[in-house]
Amino acid sequence: MSESKIWGLLAQYENPAEIYHASEKVRDAGYEKWDACAPFPVHGLDKAMGAKPSKLPWAVLLIGLTGSSLMLFFESYTSGYAYPFIVGGKPLFSLPAFVPVWYEMSVLSSCLTAFFANWIMSGLPEPYHPAFASKAFERVTDDKFFIMIEAEDAKFDLEKTKALLADTGATLVEELKP
Amino acid sequence: MATANAAAVNLPDDPNVRGDVVLDEPVAGREPLVRGQHDFHSVTEMVCRVNEVPLKKTPMPFVFGTLLASAVFAMFGGYIGYLIWVGPGIWGNNNPVGWAWDIVNFVFWVGIGHAGTLISAILYLFRQKWRTSINRYAEAMTIFAVLAASSCVALHTGRVWMDYYLFPLPNQMGLWPNFRSPLEWDVFAVNTYLIVSLLFWYTGMVPDFATLRDRATVKWRQLFYGVLALGWRGSMRHWVTYEKAYQILAAFSAPLVLSVHTIVSFDFAVSQLPGWHTTIFPPYFVAGAIFSGFAMVQTLMLPARHWLGLKDLVTVKHIENMNKVILLTGSLVGYAYAMEFFVAAYSGNQYESFTFINRATGPYWWSYWIMLSCNVVTPQLFWFRKIRTSVGWSFVLSIFVNIGMWFERFVITVTSLHRDALVSSWDYFVPVTEALYLLGTFGLFFTLFLLFIRFFPVIAMSEVKGVMPQANPHWSGYDKKGHHAPAHAAVEEVHP
Repeated sequence: MSESKIWGLLAQYENPAEIYHASEKVRDAGYEKWDACAPFPVHGLDKAMGAKPSKLPWAVLLIGLTGSSLMLFFESYTSGYAYPFIVGGKPLFSLPAFVPVWYEMSVLSSCLTAFFANWIMSGLPEPYHPAFASKAFERVTDDKFFIMIEAEDAKFDLEKTKALLADTGATLVEELKP
Repeated sequence: MATANAAAVNLPDDPNVRGDVVLDEPVAGREPLVRGQHDFHSVTEMVCRVNEVPLKKTPMPFVFGTLLASAVFAMFGGYIGYLIWVGPGIWGNNNPVGWAWDIVNFVFWVGIGHAGTLISAILYLFRQKWRTSINRYAEAMTIFAVLAASSCVALHTGRVWMDYYLFPLPNQMGLWPNFRSPLEWDVFAVNTYLIVSLLFWYTGMVPDFATLRDRATVKWRQLFYGVLALGWRGSMRHWVTYEKAYQILAAFSAPLVLSVHTIVSFDFAVSQLPGWHTTIFPPYFVAGAIFSGFAMVQTLMLPARHWLGLKDLVTVKHIENMNKVILLTGSLVGYAYAMEFFVAAYSGNQYESFTFINRATGPYWWSYWIMLSCNVVTPQLFWFRKIRTSVGWSFVLSIFVNIGMWFERFVITVTSLHRDALVSSWDYFVPVTEALYLLGTFGLFFTLFLLFIRFFPVIAMSEVKGVMPQANPHWSGYDKKGHHAPAHAAVEEVHP
């Protein structure tokens, strides 16, 4: 079983147009456990890959709203109940005066969520990845474009997948060890 | 750093000399954002070269600059110790001038930060692609400026060791901060601003850290950038989430540009002092903040693009665009000055009128006229295209704007305070050791900024690559199969 020792295949492309068309072909061939890597977000490549839109905005909405409501509650609780004190003739629950801090904390909770959810949803930080063993892959953050298909994919067949990648115009196809 | 081969790739600054890249922009004849014959790899080279100079070969001018800045920073540390030991009596503050350089420096630095957020957030939301080659600097500037500002405002409280009372921390006395006070709003505004700017800056840098990691040849660089890059591998599935997160951070930062300095202006406007108690303050402060911030970006960027050899990325077009923003916001500030006088006259309130006439003709007349000439007159020179596109003029005028904006805060803070309602309370404020205070904040700012230039990617490489015409998979330079055709052979455009 030579295939069991292989994590997947890595194919290199030279420019955004090549990886765009190649991704369409890999998508249409029915692969699911595969990925395209690029030094910058190639416009429309997510659609060419058939990638689903991110759920991140929902996380931000949920936690942002929670943080926002908690802050308003906190301001009302401290100023109106825990430490009631009339300042400048304002009522204990003085909503207009609460707005700036309320607003800032809504922004802060949403931004912290966006920041952490971004990495968590992408499974980062990920110190090791099989592709990092490849010398060619070092240029993924420079000017080269890559497609990797995992051996775990139901449709994966070493020879056939290799042929498919070669057919999409890959300039280099490598086997990746786990 | 200042690399010798930089000149080889850089085109002259003449705005009429264009790179040989096929224009693939929606508007015919629009100048390309990256000049010269660059591909993705040469952009990487151009930017990484700055960071990849071996430590022992760091250019001497840079070493001296950093040593000088950090010496001033160290002096600032000593000054802070002196301040804590003796107390704010080391300043010339008196009664009625209880706020002087401490607050002037704070507002000055916070204001400067705003340009960074405007460039990174508002211009991003408006799809202003030219922001990509300047946003990294500008964001770094924001963070360091807000740190300098925080150091001023945290130290002006008198008993510095009690500063934790600013935060709503449970304590045995059952005390809570007064959330109805503008000074408490300020605590939240500035801290939120600092944290959000940091998150935004770091998120933007992760793909570039990965570039530096992948190019690293030395162990410490691999480790340093490897940890910072979080294992980023440019996966498109990551990019989708990443871009969403970046968009959301931008969307939340954009109102911060407007809200933070609005809240800073509330520190003044919510009081009932003539000269402070005006509704024009929030928009006027925000315009001034963006004005001063863009000037500071120019002051930092013009020498840097020269010494770091980044002229193809930070082009004359970028300089011109920024000068246009300076012109616009400078005119807004000038309008606000005029409107303040008008409102004072029209209000019929003699205290209000007195304050404004006193600003221009009273004992602090000199500060008012420095402010007016630097902030109102100098930016108007940018109506001339020759001046707007000249690197030398831009640099000199940006310095004037920096000076003018510092004096604006001085005028607002000190002249409004030194004439109290009772003539017997009138006094004249003279600084004692405050110059060291201001200098110290510059030491802090420049130390961090120089270290940033040395170790962090100064240009957002992944973003710049994304706005190059070649980044579009349907670029006319590629034929339908995706092969690179010679750039000049491209005739018809292929649309998706």
